[in-house]
Amino acid sequence: MIAIKNINPPPATPHPHSRLGSREDFRTIGEAVVANPKIRCRHVDVFYGPKQAIFDVSLDIGNKEVIAMIGPSGCGKSTFLRCLNRMNDTIEGCRVSGDITLDGQNIYDEKQDVVPLRAQVGIVFQKPNPFPKSIWDNVAYGPKIHGLAETKSELEGIVETSLQKAGLWEEVKDRLHQPGTGLSGGQQQRLCIARTIAVSPEVILMDEPCSALDPIATAKIEDLIDELRTQYSIAIVTHSMQQAARVSQRTAYFHLGYLIEVGQTQQIFTTPRHRLTEDYITGRFG
Amino acid sequence: MNKHTSSQAGAMAVVRRGMAKRYRAERRFKAMGILAIGASLLFLALLFASIVGNGYSAFQQTYIQLEVFLDPEAFADTSLAAADYPGMIKQALRRMFPDVSGRGDLRQLYAVVSSGAGFDLHQRVLQGPQLVGQTLQVWVPADDDVDMLVKGHFRGDGAQSEGRLSELQRGWIDRLKTENRIEKRFNRTFFTAGDSREPELAGIRGAVAGSFFTLVVTLVLSFPIGVAAALYLEEFAPQNRWTDLIEVNINNLAAVPSIVFGLLGLAVFLNFFGLPRSAPLVGGLVLTLMTLPTIIIASRAALTSVPPSIREAALGIGASKMQMVLHHVLPLALPGMLTGTIIGMARALGETAPLLMIGMVAFIVDVPGRLTDPSTVLPVQIYLWADSPERAFVERTSAAIMILLAFLIVMNAAAVYLRKKFEKRW
Repeated sequence: MIAIKNINPPPATPHPHSRLGSREDFRTIGEAVVANPKIRCRHVDVFYGPKQAIFDVSLDIGNKEVIAMIGPSGCGKSTFLRCLNRMNDTIEGCRVSGDITLDGQNIYDEKQDVVPLRAQVGIVFQKPNPFPKSIWDNVAYGPKIHGLAETKSELEGIVETSLQKAGLWEEVKDRLHQPGTGLSGGQQQRLCIARTIAVSPEVILMDEPCSALDPIATAKIEDLIDELRTQYSIAIVTHSMQQAARVSQRTAYFHLGYLIEVGQTQQIFTTPRHRLTEDYITGRFG
Repeated sequence: MNKHTSSQAGAMAVVRRGMAKRYRAERRFKAMGILAIGASLLFLALLFASIVGNGYSAFQQTYIQLEVFLDPEAFADTSLAAADYPGMIKQALRRMFPDVSGRGDLRQLYAVVSSGAGFDLHQRVLQGPQLVGQTLQVWVPADDDVDMLVKGHFRGDGAQSEGRLSELQRGWIDRLKTENRIEKRFNRTFFTAGDSREPELAGIRGAVAGSFFTLVVTLVLSFPIGVAAALYLEEFAPQNRWTDLIEVNINNLAAVPSIVFGLLGLAVFLNFFGLPRSAPLVGGLVLTLMTLPTIIIASRAALTSVPPSIREAALGIGASKMQMVLHHVLPLALPGMLTGTIIGMARALGETAPLLMIGMVAFIVDVPGRLTDPSTVLPVQIYLWADSPERAFVERTSAAIMILLAFLIVMNAAAVYLRKKFEKRW
């Protein structure tokens, strides 16, 4: 295992916020490792300045599966997700150590260029954030900057397929040149998904994509995730356990920066093996 | 349970008792706000009223009609350009008032029309040489004292009220009035001429052109440099002690008195680089130094106000940092940057002190045509005219202030318009 940024020794003392005693409690239970993973993370630590946010997380994201990351607020699930396409690079003072590989390629390698990485690993954010431009421009921007389309008609094709895949085409095909910010919240989020799809990523990261949406819009996004699963690996962070149960095949439970338990979604929600997981999914805290 | 309800009722009573006081405080606060706005509007109205009241008459000028005989003899042994036009004007005056004699009286008579009257005649003859030999009815500008008298600025009590006009001159003017040979016309000279020692010949155009060239230099230099500096500091520079130091220094520069920039310009641009004195080029360079901090600070504020979600969105689909900045952040920050720039420009337009240092305070008659021509600017022109003793310069000073204010209003309106136009909502 080659660490790219400085490896800090795992803390000898228990986590300061912990009321639960020894570090033993925080060792990952379950099948964190899958055969032939898309993304492979080993011993990932993340620091914000002096503060450690993620402790020694090892987790695989399989090919064409939806993995849900759940856990109470501040447990580090979003931080971990943002490591997977190096969005954390933009945060001042953020340091990642450990090993994250995409198709066997270390993404924190010095030779790794973040621009193609982010085209390969797309991300959808919590709050819909379309560019203040037209719907068409929103979707076409990615393919344009990456030079994915050589002709105008090719670009039009990409825009149309992306919007279709995001289930938005029928709703917006007559007003492609109106501002994307004029859509409803749910439509905006699907527009952001279309924008991500347009650059043909292999992995899509979703950071609580439905937390700002109403139940109907949420249901649409969940259906969409289910369809996208056939073509993309998807990692979704969610606050809603129901959502995790509905859309994912595997579920990872994070607690105070530690990965506590990973397993098949059904198993996590029916027979959790760790006491913390059980407490969380039965609603005892979180 | 009962006790709880009663304590709730008690709490409500306390709240209700306090309401009147709260509303009173609110009303008091509102009244003070309205008072403050009212006071500032009142002073603004006073300022405008006094400037417009003093200055509106400068847009008119008194003209006197003369019958000038273009004597072919006067053109006999000289070219059209070199003929004695002032002499012809004097001759016309003598013919109109044949009873005036004696050197002193004649000098008083000649002083009724402007010393530049011959120049107008000169222009007309140059344009139409066939006029030689004819008698022309020409309107020539009256002397500034006559102008003041006709406009009524000398009416009143006491010796001062007569102005510098003698009893004799007033008699002639009354005669001209009864003959309908005196008229107030639109003062074109004020908008087409450069500065002059004679108020009736002085115009604002030289100062306007000087201000224009100076501002062009300032804008061309300070906008790109300021925006580039702000972009680098805000988006690309690492946050460390050096950038902190730079930031502190930029904020300090914004507060440095402008005359210091003038001294700097004198030392660097004139003495070291040997650039020409009184030139809009140097004025623009000095005002660039002065405006840059303002633009950088406004641009940085505009950049910080772009929501981080837009940056994340761009980076998230694989835009490089440069693409993120140029395609998304800059267009959103541009309205704020433009507003800051125009406000900086408006400040530069009204700036006097630094330009005094580099010689733009000189008395310059010609309208500048190039960046290196000696020139003056509007505020300096106002300063120069306000300093002149002639009564007619009082109204010209106010008129120049009106022109300056008009430019400022146009620029600030442009700032509002640009902000509205480029502003995007998200």
